[in-house]
Amino acid sequence: MKCRNNGYCTNISRHKNFVETIVADMRSCNDFQHVHLIMDTLQPLVQLTDIHVQFKQHVALKQVSLVVRRGEIVTLIGPNGAGKSTLVRVVVGLLSPQKGQIIRHPQLSIGYMPQRMRVDNILPMTVERFLKLTGIQTKDKIYAILEELSVTYTAKRAIQYLSGGELQRVLLARALLKAPDLLVLDEPIQGVDITGQYELYELIGQIRQQRGCGILMVSHDLHVVMAATDYVVCLNQHLCCSGHPANVSQDPAYLALFGSKAAHELAIYRHHHKHPEHPVLTKTSTGTIHDG
Amino acid sequence: MMDDFLWRALLGGIGIAIVAGPLGCFIVWQRMAYFGDTLAHSALLGVALGFLFSLNLYASIIGTCIVIAILLVGLQQQRYLATDTSLGILAHSSLALGLVTLSFLDNIRVDLMSYLFGDLLALTQADLYWIYLGGSSILVGLLIIWRPLLATTVHEDLACVEGIKTTRIRLIFMIIVAIFVAIAMKIIGILLITSLLIIPTAAARSFAHTPEQMAWLASGLGCIAVIGGLALAWYGDTPTSPSIIVVAVVLFACSLFFTALFNSIRHVGK
Repeated sequence: MKCRNNGYCTNISRHKNFVETIVADMRSCNDFQHVHLIMDTLQPLVQLTDIHVQFKQHVALKQVSLVVRRGEIVTLIGPNGAGKSTLVRVVVGLLSPQKGQIIRHPQLSIGYMPQRMRVDNILPMTVERFLKLTGIQTKDKIYAILEELSVTYTAKRAIQYLSGGELQRVLLARALLKAPDLLVLDEPIQGVDITGQYELYELIGQIRQQRGCGILMVSHDLHVVMAATDYVVCLNQHLCCSGHPANVSQDPAYLALFGSKAAHELAIYRHHHKHPEHPVLTKTSTGTIHDG
Repeated sequence: MMDDFLWRALLGGIGIAIVAGPLGCFIVWQRMAYFGDTLAHSALLGVALGFLFSLNLYASIIGTCIVIAILLVGLQQQRYLATDTSLGILAHSSLALGLVTLSFLDNIRVDLMSYLFGDLLALTQADLYWIYLGGSSILVGLLIIWRPLLATTVHEDLACVEGIKTTRIRLIFMIIVAIFVAIAMKIIGILLITSLLIIPTAAARSFAHTPEQMAWLASGLGCIAVIGGLALAWYGDTPTSPSIIVVAVVLFACSLFFTALFNSIRHVGK
């Protein structure tokens, strides 16, 4: 996609595959209601415009806009204190901004994975019981999700004794239990070792493929996330820059924010691909990344 | 043959112990031990105000506790004072205020000791009605808000995003604690109420695998503590309410001992 400045085109390039499949779908049917349904899936799940959040004297978010659509992974990056978690809290409705507009898709169901969760030892709580706290009591459903995330063996274990990676998967299971349209993950790879991190990102990618939900996640590790995301929003109280991962990594605002170390890490990341001098990446329908 | 007052003491004590189990669990899970203590201290202010305006004592205690609870939530919103400081301020200022107010009431002789340490053997028929009415409404209330309250306890933000009205649930819980303080004060006394909430609960933890198991076990252990404490008071001529707590502490020590024993056996087995 060449016309990056045109809003509509940017959006299209954000879901090239997705739109392609939908257009194919639309061609194959003459049913108006079906077309209407398809159009509905193109509506943003959540659309934030000019959000302003202030805690007493401290401005946390200034004029931030964000759109998440079905079937795409949007990642928020930024330094500590950039307001990533604040923005996430606005999206899920835990915090109302002083200024700005939030439009959520009607009957939007949100699955949320919080940044930190520590269950005190005094509270006896197995993984299965923890998942039942959502109000879903059917064992089949709970075990199906645990199976999908390959942590069925933890079901009877006390949640306090899970490893970092297991706990993150269990939290992800809870977020998925109510079949959300929008999955909001606040630093999903926290406390997970390096191999586990890659596996978790892969898993998140699979979830998007299989369920077609929109995913908004926060991260501050740079190169891993670049491979696992469609759209990056770089935040530092205000919107620094946003776009395709490869474009963001070239953006002067991004380089200024993360410095040469980040640029170096990205150079390593790009090295995995065929033509490091043309780092414009697109996703093919099989989900693999190659130079476009 | 048992005397009437002993039967009433037993029935009242067991009623309170059953309610204290599940309620104490939530107090412990939410790390609210000092919160419970503060509400208990403010109960004396409720007693004083009840005498001053000739109100029903139970109603005035519940009312005072709810006001103090709301004040506390307000104090916690600001960042100037740490929570333990604001709890300490409210607990002791309401206790002191209660004592000062009681001293103004010249025409009424108040047995302060029975409010501070409880007087299980002086329970009347009317007290029993209050205990069972208040106690059953607490249990019903807890049953209704059990899942949302548990979800809020585990992670408030997560519960909120999942659609639970966490503020409302917390408010209901505070009212429940206030009712408990009012009905338990005569039995166990202001200064010892929190111990009945915490000690059987802590003893139950080692044997429980689910939150519900822990709640019922805590109720059971509380009942044993009440029966044991009454027996101790009867045969040893000791003060009743402190005896109940002493038995509860012995149960807690036993639970620690058995857990340690069990763990070491399992260790050797490996």
